[in-house]
Amino acid sequence: MLEAREISVRFDDRVVLDRVSLSVTDGEVVALLGASGTGKSTLLRVIAGLLVPDGGSVWVDGVDVTRVPTHRRGIGMVFQDEQLFPHLSVARNVGFGLRMQGASRVVERQRVTDLLELVGLTPLADRPVARLSGGEAKRVALARSLAPRPRVLLLDEPLTGLDRDLHDLLTGEVARLLRATGTTALLVTHDPAEAAAIADRVTTLAAG
Amino acid sequence: MDDDRASLNRLPRWGILALALVPATVVGLFYLWPLVTLLGTVLNGNSVADTLRAPGLGRVVWFTLWQAVVSTLATLLVGFVPAYVLARFLFAGRAAVVAAVTVPFMLPTVVVGAAFLALLPRSLHGTATAVIIAHVFFNIAVVVRLVGAMWTVIPRDLTAAARTLGASTTQVLRSVVMPLLRPAMFAAATVVFLFTFTSFGVVKLLGGPANPTLEVEIARRATQLGDVDGAAVLSVVQLIFLAAVLALAARWQRRGSITFFGDAAARRPRSTGERRLVAGTVTVTLLVMVIPMLALVRRSLTLGGRWSFDAWRHLGGSEVRPGISLGIDPLASIAVSLRYAVVATLIAVLAGGLASLFIAAARRRGQLLDVGVMLPLGTSAVTIGLGMLITFDTAPFDWRAQWWLVPVGHALVAIPFVVRILLPVLRAIPADQRAAAATLGASPGRTWLAIDVRSLGRPLAPAAGFAAAISLGEFGATTILTRTDRETIPIAVGRLLGRAGDLPRAQGFVLATVLMVLTGVIIAVADIVGRQGRDA
Repeated sequence: MLEAREISVRFDDRVVLDRVSLSVTDGEVVALLGASGTGKSTLLRVIAGLLVPDGGSVWVDGVDVTRVPTHRRGIGMVFQDEQLFPHLSVARNVGFGLRMQGASRVVERQRVTDLLELVGLTPLADRPVARLSGGEAKRVALARSLAPRPRVLLLDEPLTGLDRDLHDLLTGEVARLLRATGTTALLVTHDPAEAAAIADRVTTLAAG
Repeated sequence: MDDDRASLNRLPRWGILALALVPATVVGLFYLWPLVTLLGTVLNGNSVADTLRAPGLGRVVWFTLWQAVVSTLATLLVGFVPAYVLARFLFAGRAAVVAAVTVPFMLPTVVVGAAFLALLPRSLHGTATAVIIAHVFFNIAVVVRLVGAMWTVIPRDLTAAARTLGASTTQVLRSVVMPLLRPAMFAAATVVFLFTFTSFGVVKLLGGPANPTLEVEIARRATQLGDVDGAAVLSVVQLIFLAAVLALAARWQRRGSITFFGDAAARRPRSTGERRLVAGTVTVTLLVMVIPMLALVRRSLTLGGRWSFDAWRHLGGSEVRPGISLGIDPLASIAVSLRYAVVATLIAVLAGGLASLFIAAARRRGQLLDVGVMLPLGTSAVTIGLGMLITFDTAPFDWRAQWWLVPVGHALVAIPFVVRILLPVLRAIPADQRAAAATLGASPGRTWLAIDVRSLGRPLAPAAGFAAAISLGEFGATTILTRTDRETIPIAVGRLLGRAGDLPRAQGFVLATVLMVLTGVIIAVADIVGRQGRDA
């Protein structure tokens, strides 16, 4: 269960979020829809702990995590431009979160194998991420954020900038993956069709 | 578009080759030939075994190596935090701080040596510690620039991604940031190692007789012991070692270089902690940069433990007291240095400019000269001087007594920098600009004059300023080639600071101050002129 309560964010006197509230129950996939510039990404950053809000609080499973640093929140995130680690292979990227948890090598290998299978990239395990296609990189980013079993997964415009065919293909795949893993997720997008295809529930963030 | 089908509009081949004439002659005659002569002397002579078996050589090699390693590690360590702050944060005066950090790197080595003689307590004079401290001060810019250039393009969201995967601050540093910075840190370490391994001026002034590097030992043998053959042997030993280090570095560097595209990741500091970090780092860095220079100025105004302008006032004469001469005329050395700087700059800009035009016009065939003009950069200054000394000693090339041999040596050291400033400008010209000129009726020659040659006008000021600054501060090659009565400022500083008397030492500090100001003014003027050209 994720709750954002009355979040406010100002950048140099410009109000980006004004007391925005939102909640996602366990196992639910919610899409947050809104035009660009409405502060959707900012809200995700506040929830992830990458940005401290000027007001309001973030709760996960009934605990106030507003002051908890990102790495201890158990909130995963898929970035719009993937942000794969360029110095690591596909498998090492996917296993990153597990290594941070101090998982044993055996556990890491097993989980990475499972996830690569889930996203259909098993043959690419040892490939450097610089040599992935756009669609492959998206799948690796998804697998990487799912690997440490986050309590909530945030997706920040994960399918923006792809060509049409790939976009439609991945839309179905993301929906399937989130269901298959029973992940609680909050998806930010400006595309109503994408929101409808992936999410159980759609909410809108109005400008201002 | 780079192939021979575009050859209709090329300059005639003889025209391109003619461009190479001057630079190839300068580099061939005054660098390559002396280098070959140097190798020949070593191969034909009997001094190899004698020199290498000489007692004390092991100690020199050992000191050269370990002080370079320690200096390199210390520079990386000290430069790390300023590199981070300057790469990741935007704040008022950031450009000025970056410039300030770069200043020591542009200062002549004797100025840095003199500044630390003035700053450090007497107990540290003539110690390895003093040498290492000065080396760190001198080379911080290399770390801040090279490591910072990489750090500033690591996307903020990449470290954010690591955090959302559960990485703590130290884990982010260890698992993401450090691996990405490693190539840049390695490149910086290589550069600093090469500089400190062949360090001359700083070691000569601060290391004292007990701590000579190979470079200092080569110069000592050539100038004080008259053992030119032995000096040649050590030069070749040093050359081989440098070539090996460069080859290894190039091999390691090729693996795992990563490029990011996109915006620089610097932003304004947000939290109080970040603001404190930025303010603190900037303050400490500026103090570290400025204090040695202030200490130098202060010391030039001190005589017998008291404030005094005497050292400045008596700069004009070589007499300490009526009838007692030191044999060094400080004021005359300024005139000599300025004259040499003008000549060296003219040669370096002419040869470097023509070389750049040739390399750009000849394309693939220009690579040979490209490598040729860069070679002096990989050769220690003392070695360049030594090669010239043993080559030009027989008629019709008995030029050892010719005054112009010294500025030619300076020009050789400066040419690589001139080419590295001018060539990128030529290479950045879009091919279609030349095509446009051709469709407007310009012949290949006119096109070349109107576009290629004209484009060099803007970067000429920084190139000339760099060359002049290098000439003014050049110490290694000059030490080998210099003649009495024609001392340059660095030579005079070295001699005066080596004296026992209070006045000559103070005069040494005065001259070092003059050299510091002179270099600073030239670089600042070149920078400003270069900038104005850019806006126009």
